[in-house]
Amino acid sequence: MKINGAELFVKALKAEGVKHLFGFPGGVVIPVFDALYSETEIQVILTRHEQGAVHAADGYARSTGKTGVCLVTSGPGATNTVTGIATANFDSVPIVCFTGQVSRSMIGNDAFQEADIVGITRPITKHNYLVLDRKDLGRILKEAFTIANSGRPGPVLVDLPQDVLLEKGDDEYPAKVSIRGYNPVLKGHPNQIKKAAMELKRAKKPLFYVGGGIHIAEAVEIFRKAVKKTGVPVVHSLMGIGALPGDDPLCLGMLGMHGTYIANMAVNNADLLFGIGNRFDDRATGNLSKFATEAKIVHIDQDPVSISRNVAVEVPIVGDARLVLEQLMPLLEAPKINEWIKQIDEWKEEHPLAVHVVRGSDAPKANKAGAARAEEAADRRSFGHLRPDRVIQTICEVFPDAIIATEVGQNQMWTAQFFTFRHPRSLLTSGGLGTMGYGFPAAIGAQIANPDKRVIDIAGDGSIQMNIQELATAVHNNLPVIVTILNNGYLGMVRQWQELFFDKRYSSTCLMSGADCPPECKGPGDHCPVYLPDFVKLAEAYGAVGLRVFEEKDVKPALNEAGKIKDRPIFIDFIVEREFNVFPMVAPGSGNTEMIFSEGRQG
Amino acid sequence: MTHVFSMLVENHQGVLSRIAGLFSGRGYNLESITAGVTTDPQVSRITLVCKGDDNIIDQIKKQLNKLVDVIKVNDLSALPSLNRELALIKVRAKPNQRGEIFQVADVFRARVLDVGIDSMVLEVTGSSEKIDNFIAVLQPYSTREVARSGLISMERGKKQATEPTLQRKGASEKLNDDFKITIA
Repeated sequence: MKINGAELFVKALKAEGVKHLFGFPGGVVIPVFDALYSETEIQVILTRHEQGAVHAADGYARSTGKTGVCLVTSGPGATNTVTGIATANFDSVPIVCFTGQVSRSMIGNDAFQEADIVGITRPITKHNYLVLDRKDLGRILKEAFTIANSGRPGPVLVDLPQDVLLEKGDDEYPAKVSIRGYNPVLKGHPNQIKKAAMELKRAKKPLFYVGGGIHIAEAVEIFRKAVKKTGVPVVHSLMGIGALPGDDPLCLGMLGMHGTYIANMAVNNADLLFGIGNRFDDRATGNLSKFATEAKIVHIDQDPVSISRNVAVEVPIVGDARLVLEQLMPLLEAPKINEWIKQIDEWKEEHPLAVHVVRGSDAPKANKAGAARAEEAADRRSFGHLRPDRVIQTICEVFPDAIIATEVGQNQMWTAQFFTFRHPRSLLTSGGLGTMGYGFPAAIGAQIANPDKRVIDIAGDGSIQMNIQELATAVHNNLPVIVTILNNGYLGMVRQWQELFFDKRYSSTCLMSGADCPPECKGPGDHCPVYLPDFVKLAEAYGAVGLRVFEEKDVKPALNEAGKIKDRPIFIDFIVEREFNVFPMVAPGSGNTEMIFSEGRQG
Repeated sequence: MTHVFSMLVENHQGVLSRIAGLFSGRGYNLESITAGVTTDPQVSRITLVCKGDDNIIDQIKKQLNKLVDVIKVNDLSALPSLNRELALIKVRAKPNQRGEIFQVADVFRARVLDVGIDSMVLEVTGSSEKIDNFIAVLQPYSTREVARSGLISMERGKKQATEPTLQRKGASEKLNDDFKITIA
């Protein structure tokens, strides 16, 4: 049967089991949206911005392992996906992004809404295609889905010229394709695996160091067994959170710039660092010349490029983390590490997990008398002494099994430090690219994929505004995403750097700053203008629920109230202490054990 | 150290740009790149010359292999191989100088392609070094234009690297073996 390109596209989505598509229409992709119009098997989620569509597809994919799909138009529609695609590429998220393109005869003529999106996204996709021949369409669609979600997953972009979508042709969608330049290695080399097992058995101070690959490969279950069998402690990167329950005694927490004291001490004292699905990212390693200097390194990764790039690896194993761990499991023996565990326990006592030295505001001070409370709620000038770390700990208490999305900055690091993650794929965060505005749309995608779970976006007041338009998407789709805004009126992480390394010169980081402010402001005070926007009113304007919390005692009731709402998004505006910092911190260029624990104190 | 990579790639549009973009995007040093179709019209051969320490070269090789359109990458610098470059050189040549230039060309086994009123065009093939030398020798006649093809390269002997069916089969073992070599 002859069908047009758009119809073949819909057929391909169905064959791939795609149930949800995130998109935004435009001129040249009308034929595809038309083909989807009366389709009951595929639900189209209309976002309010193309970037939101890609992040939503990303959150959908990260929370499930399924491929996220989005569809946008040519030109600006396509270029708006760039940040989303780069985000997914950095964190190895399987996405297929379809972009419309002007008709073939017009390509290169600077036609209306034309952009060379294949050229633009070449360095930020796993692979991309421009379909120039209708007869290649079926094969290319199949290749796109195959490449996106195999090996080290990643985004694949397919650019579809309008006339290809309209041209009648073959209706064949291949069940399988073979791509001769693409054969990901799955099983590890048996000799290397033997060597790795031997090194682990021999080690006196071994340490597992896991990254996001452990979730991607669905290796969490077998990894937990391996930890149980060997008793070897574990550190994880930001992306590796959830590989081991955060409250497991063998879980030493996150390493790196805002990692735990124990994790960083353990890494730099270990004699064997056993990496799985990680990539020795600079935020994790700190100064490389001071990183794990005592350790031999074993590294299991799907991508040969990640191996021996930043650190020299003694035992490299290319392969899928789950398959390699399955091969490794029977060879594993528990090393004798009592001394090592004792040492780690000592570090634990020096700086217990999830507690850090804070400024003089430890005890929450009463702000004003009760009578003034109502007035104060209306006065968005009054930032109190609510501690963001306590807010996150309370979120964890009320919603221990939620899927958590974060934005980027202090909110992200506090979440990594103070939320106790227990499940795989439960943290959605832009790790590699560090994309502000990622969390909310990602939470929307995750909520669509997981209708029975609570999905919470832990945001800052800066980053939430980068994709706040998706409130409409969440309201229209009855999605009860809870957005907890840690509102400090600053772009907090940059402000923290300015405080610590730039003599408190808060250049362009105050979100309250206006034309009447002095040119050089060194901190907040009574003179500050009113904070914008009023998130409660903004949520209400969209038909969502808005709550505002000033004090610690109100945190839990607000979260409980939000938890009761099942049919629309909830914004909770937590007015937190303005200059609260993320500690511990490893200053850029320092080694991981040169941690700072509070303002002006080196540990 | 300078390395010569001989690659088989899908003859798709944009493949050269993918490879060139890899070098510019990651800050690798690309000295020359040549491309041409093989006996199989769907497959092109790309020869590229790049510079870097062992770590960088290792990364370049892995990054090239990672590209979906790249079928095979061969590092010929580690193997006995033949390297050739072609150059066209236009020199200023008054009628009384032609004889001398012919003689020089003869020494380098260069061919004279064109003789004009006050210029000559010479064609020379050989190693890049030979071409450098030839250009240097022609300096007294003031070279007006030089066009060089970039290096193409082929492994000597039995192993036929031109066969496009050489897929990355058993890549798992091969890659891990490669690592062992790198580390040893």
